[in-house]
Amino acid sequence: MPTPANLKYSKTHEWVKIEGTNATVGITGHAQEALGDITFVELPKVGADVKKDSACCVIESVKAASDINAPVSGKVSEVNESLETGPESVNSDPYGAGWIFKLSNVNLSDAAGLMDATAYDAFVESE
Amino acid sequence: MSYIANTESQRREMLKVCGARSIDDLFSDIPEALRPKSFSLPKGRSELEIYSYFKKLAGQNYSHLTCFVGGGFYDHFIPAAVDALASRSEFYTAYTPYQPELSQGILQAIYEYQTDICRLTGLDVSNASLYDGGTALYEACQMAVHATGRRKVIMDGGINPIYRKMIRSYTANLSIEFVETPVTHGQSDRKRLFEALDDCTAAVLLQNPNFFGVIDDHSDIVKKAHELGIVAVQSVYPVALALLKTPAEQGFDIATGEGQSLGIPLSFGGPYLGFMAAKKALVRKMPGRIVARTVDAAGRPGFVLSLQAREQHIRREKATSNICSNEALCALRAHIHLSMLGKEGLKSVAQLCFDKAHYAKERIKAIPGVKVMESSPTFNEFTVKLPIDAGECVGRMVELGFAAGFPLGRYYEGMENYLLVAVTEKRTKYEIGRLAEALEAVVCQ
Repeated sequence: MPTPANLKYSKTHEWVKIEGTNATVGITGHAQEALGDITFVELPKVGADVKKDSACCVIESVKAASDINAPVSGKVSEVNESLETGPESVNSDPYGAGWIFKLSNVNLSDAAGLMDATAYDAFVESE
Repeated sequence: MSYIANTESQRREMLKVCGARSIDDLFSDIPEALRPKSFSLPKGRSELEIYSYFKKLAGQNYSHLTCFVGGGFYDHFIPAAVDALASRSEFYTAYTPYQPELSQGILQAIYEYQTDICRLTGLDVSNASLYDGGTALYEACQMAVHATGRRKVIMDGGINPIYRKMIRSYTANLSIEFVETPVTHGQSDRKRLFEALDDCTAAVLLQNPNFFGVIDDHSDIVKKAHELGIVAVQSVYPVALALLKTPAEQGFDIATGEGQSLGIPLSFGGPYLGFMAAKKALVRKMPGRIVARTVDAAGRPGFVLSLQAREQHIRREKATSNICSNEALCALRAHIHLSMLGKEGLKSVAQLCFDKAHYAKERIKAIPGVKVMESSPTFNEFTVKLPIDAGECVGRMVELGFAAGFPLGRYYEGMENYLLVAVTEKRTKYEIGRLAEALEAVVCQ
């Protein structure tokens, strides 16, 4: 699965698409492969304030329960409710239909520490 | 006789492979100064000597007393088939069914047990059991704290005092605030409960029948709790559920309880059986093991441990609980017991308990100086006010061959003259009559 060039990436394998002061967050192709079949996503509460690098929701697979960190700070504006009945889209389409939550009021300076696609691929190789 | 099958030559061979000269060499990491100088063990005894020693000790138990003690644990009849089936080695030696391909028998049995608990309580999902009624109530309390993010819990004073003590022990180092509300005329004090319920409350814990044997319909309390987003938990007596309004019918989110009354002997306080059932929305917050039905890779139906990502061995500090066990053999006994009784059989047992308790009340209240507390309805347990100290009364009744009841002064200040009496289907009319005669002899002395 190729790493989309138009997104930014965190060291904890989340991707983020920043549009103005809004953002969409999900987990990368590498992350979903490492986790295995996703069985459940505990979505964050709409309206919650999240801080960069802090856990804001949990993703469960057949072999693990993993925290998902917010790659940037902001306020949860929307969550992908289709994941409640179809968590497998995180595996099949992690960058598209498998998006997890959206943020508003994003702290744009947080994005400075994120990696681009090339840097992320290199990071994954080195792990 | 040596209990280890290895021969001397096998031992020498193993030591050689390890590169050690003697078994002592294998402990070389432990400094000489820290090793025991001796084990101070007495000389070994023969099988006959050991048997005789323990037989003599066991002879000191008063297992002949006619039992009228309850307090959460009851002397019910257990059909012989329960022992016969539960002691089959396939069940008796089965370990945790982490490998479903080897464990379909025990997994199916536990799945059926879970089904029993859901049917008894009326709720959607059950786990594979917990240690006992007290820890089950504690786990429900933790579920509510995790689900709501709040840290205040209301505990009704009618909850078994042993359970309340257990919960406080378990939560001693957690920042949870407990508010205990009183019992008035035997039932939960609505006024005090409604005052205590607020939007900082995670859970309200109630018991039915309560420790005094009193039955109640808590639907009004549950309704108020839900208006404030509070999780409602009821601790229940499973035999009584055959006759009473179920936790689900009263709107409760979680039901817990002690399953000892379902085919498990009183023993000396255990092993017992904690059960828990909840509404489907709370299933991912449930502690302990859960058995689920599924199909294998070839499409054949089977059973597995499921939703394991809740558990502490996978979720670590994010788990609701650190329990990773259950009472499999006791749960199996409960399921066999319920299968033997069937729906009608369990109802008959409950009806007999209720009827015989009623007869006992009639006989006891006829004793001069003795009052039976009747301001609220009861199931098979009731409170008696004596003209003497209840603890002393119990002592003298033991000499007459009766475990007459539980002295309430042990846990409730000011109730030193009150005795809690329980009657099960095992007690005959003759035994109840003899209890009343003996009580009269003791209090009128």
